[in-house]
Amino acid sequence: MPPTKSKIGTWGLLAAALLLVVVLPSLNAFTAEHSVLHVSNFSINLYGKYLCYAILAISVDLLWGYTGMLSLGQALFFTLGGYMMGMYLMRMIGDLGQYHKPIPDFLVFLGWSTLPTFWKPFSSFPFAVFMAFLLPGVLAALFGFLAFRSRIRGVYFSILTQALTYAACLLFFRNSLLLGGNNGFTDFKFILGHDLRLPETQRALYIATALALILVYMGCRWLSRTKFGLVQQAIRDSENRVLFSGYAASSYKLFVFVFCALIAALGGILYVPQVGIINPSEMGTEKSLEAVVWVAVGGRGTLIGPVIGAIFINALKSWTTRAYPDIWLLILGTLFILVTVFMPKGIVGLPEQLRSLRNRGRSPSAPTPAAEDVSKPEMAKTK
Amino acid sequence: MKMTPRLLVAILSAGLSWGCFSARAQTPPEDATRQKLVQTILSEGQAQQKLLNELADSGVKVVRDVLTAWQRDGVYLYDDPAGGTKVPILLEDQQDADGKARGIRIIDGQFVKDAAGKELRFASSDLNTAETDMRLRSVIQQSVDTLALASANPEERNSAVLKLGNSQKPRYIPILQNRLTKETNVEVRRSIDEAIALLQLADTDPKVQIAAVQHLAQLKAIGSVDNIKKLMTKPGANGDVVKACQSATNVIENHISFVNFIGTIFHGLSLGSILLVVALGLAITFGLMGIINMAHGEMIAVGAYTCYVVQNIFGTGFGFTITLPFSFGGKMIHFGLHLPGLNATGWTYESYFLVAIPLSFLMAALAGLLIERTVIRFLYRRPLESLLATWGISLVMQQLFRMVFGANNVQVNSPSWLLGHFSINDVTFDYNRVFVIAFAIVIVIGTWLLLTKTPLGLLIRAVMQNRAMASSLGVRTARVNMMTFAFGSGLAGLAGAFLSQIGNVGPSLGQTYIVDSFMTVVLGGVGSIVGTVCSAFGIGTADEVLQQTTGSPVTGKIVVLMAIILFLQWKPGGLFASRSRSLD
Repeated sequence: MPPTKSKIGTWGLLAAALLLVVVLPSLNAFTAEHSVLHVSNFSINLYGKYLCYAILAISVDLLWGYTGMLSLGQALFFTLGGYMMGMYLMRMIGDLGQYHKPIPDFLVFLGWSTLPTFWKPFSSFPFAVFMAFLLPGVLAALFGFLAFRSRIRGVYFSILTQALTYAACLLFFRNSLLLGGNNGFTDFKFILGHDLRLPETQRALYIATALALILVYMGCRWLSRTKFGLVQQAIRDSENRVLFSGYAASSYKLFVFVFCALIAALGGILYVPQVGIINPSEMGTEKSLEAVVWVAVGGRGTLIGPVIGAIFINALKSWTTRAYPDIWLLILGTLFILVTVFMPKGIVGLPEQLRSLRNRGRSPSAPTPAAEDVSKPEMAKTK
Repeated sequence: MKMTPRLLVAILSAGLSWGCFSARAQTPPEDATRQKLVQTILSEGQAQQKLLNELADSGVKVVRDVLTAWQRDGVYLYDDPAGGTKVPILLEDQQDADGKARGIRIIDGQFVKDAAGKELRFASSDLNTAETDMRLRSVIQQSVDTLALASANPEERNSAVLKLGNSQKPRYIPILQNRLTKETNVEVRRSIDEAIALLQLADTDPKVQIAAVQHLAQLKAIGSVDNIKKLMTKPGANGDVVKACQSATNVIENHISFVNFIGTIFHGLSLGSILLVVALGLAITFGLMGIINMAHGEMIAVGAYTCYVVQNIFGTGFGFTITLPFSFGGKMIHFGLHLPGLNATGWTYESYFLVAIPLSFLMAALAGLLIERTVIRFLYRRPLESLLATWGISLVMQQLFRMVFGANNVQVNSPSWLLGHFSINDVTFDYNRVFVIAFAIVIVIGTWLLLTKTPLGLLIRAVMQNRAMASSLGVRTARVNMMTFAFGSGLAGLAGAFLSQIGNVGPSLGQTYIVDSFMTVVLGGVGSIVGTVCSAFGIGTADEVLQQTTGSPVTGKIVVLMAIILFLQWKPGGLFASRSRSLD
């Protein structure tokens, strides 16, 4: 990679960080409400949500774009993290709920008078955060160990992760799991003693999310440039060659899978206090697929692509669901088809694709790299 | 529970007010019965009871209505000013503002009129009721109960017999024995037999009781098990009786679990058949072509909605209008379609499903063809991405369904020849489920024949095994792809036609089946039809059995999914893995 390009990347990253972490929150906090520059509390909250999705998208991309494993279960890890955080937030409601009992409302509704044992430690913030990473991590390790040991890959890996997510989703819909069933958790009041409804708290949460995103981004960028990252990408391009070269490909894949589960969980932890609700439909199969769409639209195999894709699609979704609620799915579906068929490299790859189109216009015999580049590794993997 | 008798009265009296009494032209036997009714109401003592018993044998519906009303003090005596006699009447259910209602004469079902021919109105408090006492009421009740035994409809007779059997009143035994001599229907005879034995359980003689218990065990009467248990645990029960009860309970309970087991297997097989037809289409597009078609579920919905449209065309017609969310020059854009209905009735209407089956195959195949030509042909070399693009298609199609058919489920009526059931040895088999199983078998055989015995099948297999080789031998691979994909989609459409008979038809119908059917294909071994058949029936039956044993549909599903994931650890290629020397 030429040094200049890397330098541009570093400066760009710095500028983006400054914008996200300092400029936007400052515009929210220090400008007058009617000023042109003012960023409303609603917008800050919305951006916070987008950035959580961007974290989730990076985890999808690290698996799909960098290691060649299309996981349709990332929303599961995201939601699991969110649920653990949600349990802590539910405990923080105290007796301010509808029933004015010291236990969460839905438990009162189910006929409980005391807190179930497994709920008790969740009154502690550190424990909840610890669990929010532990549970998705252990689940990913277990599933990954079994899957990679028997060399499940390609399409089969996708279908199995989807089945896992579907099963978990059905499980969480049950009331007997004592995690809120259908309705999940909502009506949160406090986090670490701060009122969640205050704009200051939301702004702080936004800044935390932006920082987390930048850290995740930098961490993944560093990882993709280490030897580990190279092996990872080699697995994507030809797993057998990696195996024959003496690398334990399944250990690498397992590590990446668990690491990505943890990143997704981090997104979920930050998502719940900002959105104020978590329920089982968040881990439905279509949510995982949606995250894959963000990556595909943004451009997979790059780290900035998923971030752009997540923000772009969700902003588009926010707008269309308000302007044309009936046809939002038509737009999303069509966009998805068009991007997959005509823009395999997504938004990030668009300039290069246009350039090659222009070159092809000049010399008709030149090959078209855009589509071929991506198709080759895929073919090798899944045949 | 308190509601039930009141509700019954309401229904009875509603039926009473106009149902039978408004009929002007009456058949002679009904006239005679009506006369006897009036006679009964006006007589007293022994004669009255004798008449009531005679009425019970008539089997005419009017009798029950009047007697029920009588029991509840709903029969009034009207002093006819002309004749100076008492006329038994009923009051119409509908009251006017003063709380008055028209009177209906029991003798002929006509309204009570004055000399001038004007309909008279009465308030119930102004009239004398036909008196009843406790004893009379119980005799009336007995007549009402036994009345249905003489009904013309065997099913009504059957349920009346069962009701008497469960009444625990031995006084019905002679009545039932009397019926047994007249009854010709085999099923009703069996019920009477069972009911008599049931009533004998309440006998005071232990020998009669033991004989009855043994007879019930012989009949394997499922409905009697509670009564036998009650007899067994009665304080001061005879030792021999308890012993007989014990063995009878064992016999009957074994029979019950056997019946339940067979029933569960049958339900599992029918579920498996649906899964099989869905998964068979997927086995062809995914297993043979390597395309992950996430819109496969929507092909099911296309089939199901085709049934809906065909049904409506046979009925009153079908139409829809879509309003675009944009406006051009201040005008909203509407477009829609209206197909006139054939307004068919009877057998012509019932046969709509026979037309719908091939049409749902064709429509789904057409949709598949369209998708293949516009999107999938660009993605044959990128299977993971075909997953994403087809998911986009699935979103678009779901939204289109919502726009055309509405977001709610639509009603697809089963033709009457698919309704109902038959039972063998107490196991109930629904016609529609039997039909589904039979048709699934036909489809599997058809698919197998197509793939192995026809030129098209040969081409399909050649292209799937080695595309480049087939192409260089002159096979038009693009055309084969197109046909294969359309065929796979058409199979999904067929599955949709069946589903419309068993479950709800809605825009997200396909989503319910997509994960299951992918699992079926993966478990069976990708590219193997035999494997798909085995795993579809396996998953269907396991699902149903687990639902029964765990008592919750969700737990069963979760266990099945987990079991499949674990099974694939052990055999990653599925049940019937295709062997290949090629790496990856």
